[in-house]
Formats: sequence, structure tokens, C-alpha cells
Amino acid sequence: MISLPFILFFLLAALAVGAAIVLIVAREPIHSALSLILVMISLAVLYLLLGAEFISAVQIIVYAGAVMVLFVFVIMLLNAGVEERTDFSKLAKWVGPVLAFFMIVELGVWFSRSAIGRTVANGPDSGTAASTIDLSKMIFQQYLLPFEATSILILIAIIGALVLAKKGE
Amino acid sequence: MNFSVIPISYYLVLSAVLFGLGMVAFVFKRNIITIFMAIELMLNAVNLAFVAFARAHNQLDGLVFVFFVIVVAAAEAAVGLAIVISVYVNRQTLNIERINLLKF
Repeated sequence: MISLPFILFFLLAALAVGAAIVLIVAREPIHSALSLILVMISLAVLYLLLGAEFISAVQIIVYAGAVMVLFVFVIMLLNAGVEERTDFSKLAKWVGPVLAFFMIVELGVWFSRSAIGRTVANGPDSGTAASTIDLSKMIFQQYLLPFEATSILILIAIIGALVLAKKGE
Repeated sequence: MNFSVIPISYYLVLSAVLFGLGMVAFVFKRNIITIFMAIELMLNAVNLAFVAFARAHNQLDGLVFVFFVIVVAAAEAAVGLAIVISVYVNRQTLNIERINLLKF
């Protein structure tokens, strides 16, 4: 008997992989951006399936919301049209296929040896209801210093973005 | 085989496939904004692996790490897109192969 989460997982996995392929194939940057939003939303539902509801909400709000709006805004601001296909690099033409071959062989060996063989089943459902409470306790107690450090990082990012994007004299 | 629970390895394989597709996009695309989106796709794939491992070991540290990765990715996107805008203002192109001032 195949259960509902199983069907849901395969649907979302197919959606995410398909949208990622569309990201590669599409010539217009705006099509790539919209398919990347689709990948992020299907990943958010997968996080719900894994019992991480806070991360799922953050994924929707920060990634699919803020970051991708920024991307779409820049694409429209710069009026980025159809991507031009150039082929300038001779090094990439000769070294690239060799490196790709080794990468595929390496991934194949890794898959056949470790990932499929060591199947870890999902843990028990205990504690998932209070997961957000536990997570916030962890962030504000054990990981308080990194949390404060990220606030400084964001401040630096704001200043950096302002300095970089302002009109040059 | 029991079909009621999804094995963690399925999530890891999906994560690896998404990371690989992101890498392919990073190498093959010529538009600098699309290359930037490929980096975001790879970050998302790594996040999926983190959440899957957090679930497998029943520990929340992985979720905290994902939270920090998302925060850093947002900061990185803001700075990176500012760089893209200033590159376009200076060079009038988004093609990565036409931005070659450092190439000898």
C-alpha cells in the first residue's frame, strides 16, 4: 500500500527536478526566475513533509518572497532579454567534457556505495508539534552569538549594497 | 518494502540531483543573473539535505543551520545583485564572456 506522503514526495520531487531543468533550458532569465520560484515552493512543501514547519514558512517568506522578488526586480530593471549564446573560451571547450565525465563517474560511485545502501528511515513523530518552540529556544540560547553575528552581517550587506548600487561619479 | 515512511536516502538523492542541476546551470548559462540563480538552487539543495539529516537524527541543530544559511543567502543576494547592477552600468552587458577585463 503506497501512502499519501509517498505519492506527495514523488510529485514534489518530479516538480522540483522538472522546474530545475526548465531553469537550465529557458533562454529568457525571467522564465528561469519563475521556475526557480517553483523549485523553492515545492521544497517548502517537502520541508512540511519532513516536519520542519518553521523552516518551510521561512523558505516561502524569505526565499520565494524576498530574494526572488529582488531577482525579478533586477531582471526587469536591467531589461534582460534573450540570453546570447557565445563560445569564447577554448579552455572550457576542451577541459569541460573531461571534468564532467569524472564528476558523473564520481557521483555514480557515491550513489551506488553509500546513499542507497545506508537507508535511514524517518524518526518517530514525537516532538514535531513543539518543533518551532524547541527551535526558537535553541536559536536564542545555544546559538545566540551566531544569531547576533548575522544581524551585523545583514547590516554590512545593506551598506555594501547601497555603496555598490549607487550612481558612480 | 514498507511504503508508509519515506526513506531519508530519497531526500538525499533528490538533494544531490538538484545540486547537480544547479552546477550544470552554473557552468552552462551565460547570463550573469541566471548564474546567480544557479547558486541559489545549489544552496536550496544543500538546505534539503540539512533538513533531511535533522529529521533522520531527530536533532534540531540541522534546522538552526538551515535558518542561518537562508539568512546568509538573503544577504548574499542583496550584495550580489548590487554588483550585477554596477557591472551592467559599467559594461552595458550581462553576458559573462563579455566581462573579461581580468583575462589576459
